[in-house]
Amino acid sequence: MALLEVNNLTKAFGGLTAVNDVSFSIEKNEITGLIGPNGAGKTTIFNLITGVYKVTSGNIIFNEINIENKDTYKIAQYGITRTFQNIRLFKKLTVFENILTACHNNAAYSLGESILFGGLPVFLNKKTRFYKEEKMLKHQAEELMEIMGLSDRRNFIANNLPYGLQRRLEIARALASNPKLLLLDEPAAGMNPDETEKLMELIMEIRDRFDLTVLLIEHHMDLVMGVCDNIVVLNFGCKLAEGSPFEVQNNPLVKEAYLGGE
Amino acid sequence: MDLSWYYLKGILTLAGIYMLPVLGLSLLTGFTGLFSFGHAGFMAIGGYTTAVMMTKLKIPFIPSLLIGGFTASFVSYLIGKLTLKLKGDYFCIATLGFGEAIRLILENVQYFGGARGWPGLPLKTNFITVVVIDIIAILIIRNVIYSRHGRNMIAVREEELASQVVGISLFKYKMTSLMISAFYAGVGGGLLGTYLGFLQPKIFSLVRSTELTIIVIFGGLGSITGSVAGAIVLVALPEILRSFANWRLVVYGAAVVFIMIARPEGLMGGKELSFSAIKNLLRKPSKN
Repeated sequence: MALLEVNNLTKAFGGLTAVNDVSFSIEKNEITGLIGPNGAGKTTIFNLITGVYKVTSGNIIFNEINIENKDTYKIAQYGITRTFQNIRLFKKLTVFENILTACHNNAAYSLGESILFGGLPVFLNKKTRFYKEEKMLKHQAEELMEIMGLSDRRNFIANNLPYGLQRRLEIARALASNPKLLLLDEPAAGMNPDETEKLMELIMEIRDRFDLTVLLIEHHMDLVMGVCDNIVVLNFGCKLAEGSPFEVQNNPLVKEAYLGGE
Repeated sequence: MDLSWYYLKGILTLAGIYMLPVLGLSLLTGFTGLFSFGHAGFMAIGGYTTAVMMTKLKIPFIPSLLIGGFTASFVSYLIGKLTLKLKGDYFCIATLGFGEAIRLILENVQYFGGARGWPGLPLKTNFITVVVIDIIAILIIRNVIYSRHGRNMIAVREEELASQVVGISLFKYKMTSLMISAFYAGVGGGLLGTYLGFLQPKIFSLVRSTELTIIVIFGGLGSITGSVAGAIVLVALPEILRSFANWRLVVYGAAVVFIMIARPEGLMGGKELSFSAIKNLLRKPSKN
């Protein structure tokens, strides 16, 4: 059983069909690449999977649950999270706060508990769920910063980080919400070849460490061909090809879409 | 001397009463990013409910205050249910209409004294009550903000889409914030009525709502201590300026405009004044 199944997905904005009858599936622990020329509908598919847009027709099944047209935060709680093409951090918060906020679903204490037990000296609330879970969340956030190499920038305001680190922080924040499926929207955009290389290693490392499945959109073909187990090619909203990097590279239809017909 | 302390105490009590709706609005606007121009309406609901509980139903003071707060909170739930799912500034407009609607309804209900007001309310609120309630209110807000729930509210303020993507329900946290802030405004209204001994719909006009928002922005969005300072300064300012007689409100307006030009981020500018912050401030010069 595939982790994510997209069946006959269609999205129309008025007269424009941005995604037309696209079907594919993703197996657990795979890294899948979603590629295609500009305007092919890649980001639209991300927006449909994460519930940002409503589906016109077709369905999306994640972990045997129908998730199309559900609220974005619900889908996130099922275990799908994403990063954005134009980075969306909590700009005015620090690196630590960005990650800590996203950890929130791993705790269960209520608003009432935080009002009652917040701010008490440690010896008084050591036994409360509030204290234990807060401590756990902070520990998780520290750990994630360590893994993502952000520890030395702990108290930097997110907006002041260099671009590459902002991308990293966005991935760290996504990981903090404990996803099963991570959608990366052009993670290497604006990176130089050296940074791209590091990002590739990072993606494989977090896949193994967090037992993740990854779906990524990318224009850097080195990265796509380097890390992906499976590639889906889109063109003008339709699926053009699907297969291993080798198969896709040698597909005449794909060559035509990218380089033009003869 | 005796008289001047009496006078000062009066101003501080009033500032302390207004501090409650300001703190509530601070949570809603400063920490959750929702603007409201109807919090005077929630104050009115709290004020009149408290008055009814005490005079008509003979319920004691503190329970009446709480009932006033909960009623305001319940009404805010209904408003939120209708408007918080909409995108954009609809919520702000809806609160504006709501505040005025409440005032007009109260002006036309003779049971509450209509437009002429409702005199003879029991004088239960004094300086000490207000200080105690303010301290509790500040502690509660502080505890909310420094919990995962408060962090989620701040995330909603910072970036709505990104917070949804990490599993934060916009509606839930906007609603929570709104209900807490309406509760605070309601209790504030209850205190005001039992301090003045008199309630009149005119007290809770749109101008009052705007004033509350001005205080929050003046104190600095996203700062509790800023809101506290803002409430004290801006409620006391018109009194301090009494010697300017007719020019009083002009000077008041000029002072607010001046602060906003000189410090657009408000008095505290999103920072908190805490013991550790003061310590850091004192330590810095010795290091250099």
